[in-house]
Amino acid sequence: MSISTTPAEGLAGLPGPKGSRTALSRVFILRVLSVIGLFAAWEIAGMVPISVAFPKFSETMIALWEMILDGRLFDAYSETLKPLAVGVLISAVFGVGIGVGMGLNARTQWVFEPIFVVLQASPVAALIPLITYVYGIGITAKTVAVIILAAPIIVLNTYKAVRNASPNLVQMCRSFQGTRAQEIWKVIIPAAAPVIFAGLRLGVAAGFIGVILAELLITPTGIGDIISYHQSVAEYAHMYAAVFTIIVFSALVVGALEQAETRYFRPEKRKSQ
Amino acid sequence: MMAQATALKAAPGDPATDPAPIIEVRNITKFYGEDVHALDSINLDFPVGQMTTLLGPSGCGKTTLLKIIAGLLEPSSGEVFVKGKPVTGPGPERAFVFQDFALLPWATVVRNVAFGLELTGVPKAQREDKARHYIAEVGLSGFENKFPHELSGGMRQRVGLARALAVNADVLLMDEPFSAVDEQTRRKFQEDLLYLLSVEKKTVIFVTHSIEEAVYVSDQIVILSPRPGRIHSKIRPEISRTATPDEIRRDKAYLDTVEEIWTNLRKYLD
Repeated sequence: MSISTTPAEGLAGLPGPKGSRTALSRVFILRVLSVIGLFAAWEIAGMVPISVAFPKFSETMIALWEMILDGRLFDAYSETLKPLAVGVLISAVFGVGIGVGMGLNARTQWVFEPIFVVLQASPVAALIPLITYVYGIGITAKTVAVIILAAPIIVLNTYKAVRNASPNLVQMCRSFQGTRAQEIWKVIIPAAAPVIFAGLRLGVAAGFIGVILAELLITPTGIGDIISYHQSVAEYAHMYAAVFTIIVFSALVVGALEQAETRYFRPEKRKSQ
Repeated sequence: MMAQATALKAAPGDPATDPAPIIEVRNITKFYGEDVHALDSINLDFPVGQMTTLLGPSGCGKTTLLKIIAGLLEPSSGEVFVKGKPVTGPGPERAFVFQDFALLPWATVVRNVAFGLELTGVPKAQREDKARHYIAEVGLSGFENKFPHELSGGMRQRVGLARALAVNADVLLMDEPFSAVDEQTRRKFQEDLLYLLSVEKKTVIFVTHSIEEAVYVSDQIVILSPRPGRIHSKIRPEISRTATPDEIRRDKAYLDTVEEIWTNLRKYLD
């Protein structure tokens, strides 16, 4: 009854599981080496010194440790995270929703595309006085700053991802009598997921920029306060330590998003990693 | 082993020799936009249980015709009847095999094969059972949990074929299914397809631009002329299906039919 597969058609020259595991650990070692290299360069640059305002890596880490121990960093983050989390969440939920709507429906696209293209092109630092005018200097203004930076990126990436979802797969779904809803949920959104997630990662990173900008330009609170205070009293190691934590934190969030993507939307990537 | 080819004039099938048509194409004309005339009043019958090939140079509208039969494209005028009922869209009695396979890259072989059943709401356990059966049938046992990117081109098209078989449609619509597959795999695939169809008893409409492929696999060959697509002629290569593939490929009648079609088609290339 069944037909045997010809040997010529065997697996398309993929490395076995063992080969990919050694390749994986080699990649890991390279990554660690690259980070160590970066820190070493930072240390050396600090020793030269490039500028009095540029501390060594070791000094920065000592300052960081000090701020962790006395709880300052923790307090600052609990302040900064509020507008950041709310802003990013709103941008992600509405951004993906609006973007999907724009990709599926031409009228929705006409309504929203100009708004977000203008927002993406505008220099947000210049808009911040306007935000304080409308929303004051509280948490609302900072949340709005996060949204203005994050949402356009998320919306426009989602829109393009949905618009470019493979028409062949959509046709396949229709040919097997898929409904429009099945077409959207079972084909278009999974097909668009990699680019949607790329937009989310960029959007979240932009949200971090937005919250720091707001804290530096509107009222100094949270991490922005630590940065501007230590800058004003010339404790550069503390200032850089705060900047350093933002970069690490932002990278961790972006990495977590990537994990979520492969886990829930792209099982074939997880397998080939 | 004696085989002969008979060329028929473009006319509806002769009821004396053809079994009842399962698909009837009536006066189909298709324009793309204002001035691209893809198909011009096509009339065709597809006899039940037979393999009909639409053959012609590129631009003759053969894929357009297949997609109109599938209900994926709307004709500018004319109608298609499946089992006597007019086509208004895709339906359960037709299943499509795509040129570029159209597999979901994020789904395993099992889920891809079961996808047609998933869309019509068949419970998971039941549709996966069925999928496994057809995966074995097309010779992919052991690859159930692989992803498309882990398979070769030929294996991917076997997945596409299994997906079309799994929905248990009466008619398979195949759009140049082997064009993205290398020559050796293609030959093996053709042989396997003929064997499978003798088991599964399907009506097949097969689009190809390969003359050899058309003569090798078809009961009926419809040659289309380009711009606008019209039926040039119909040929029934009467080749014994009991012969082995190698015997058929060396058979004089097979070679003569290939030659005859080539003579007919070459004038469109100048």
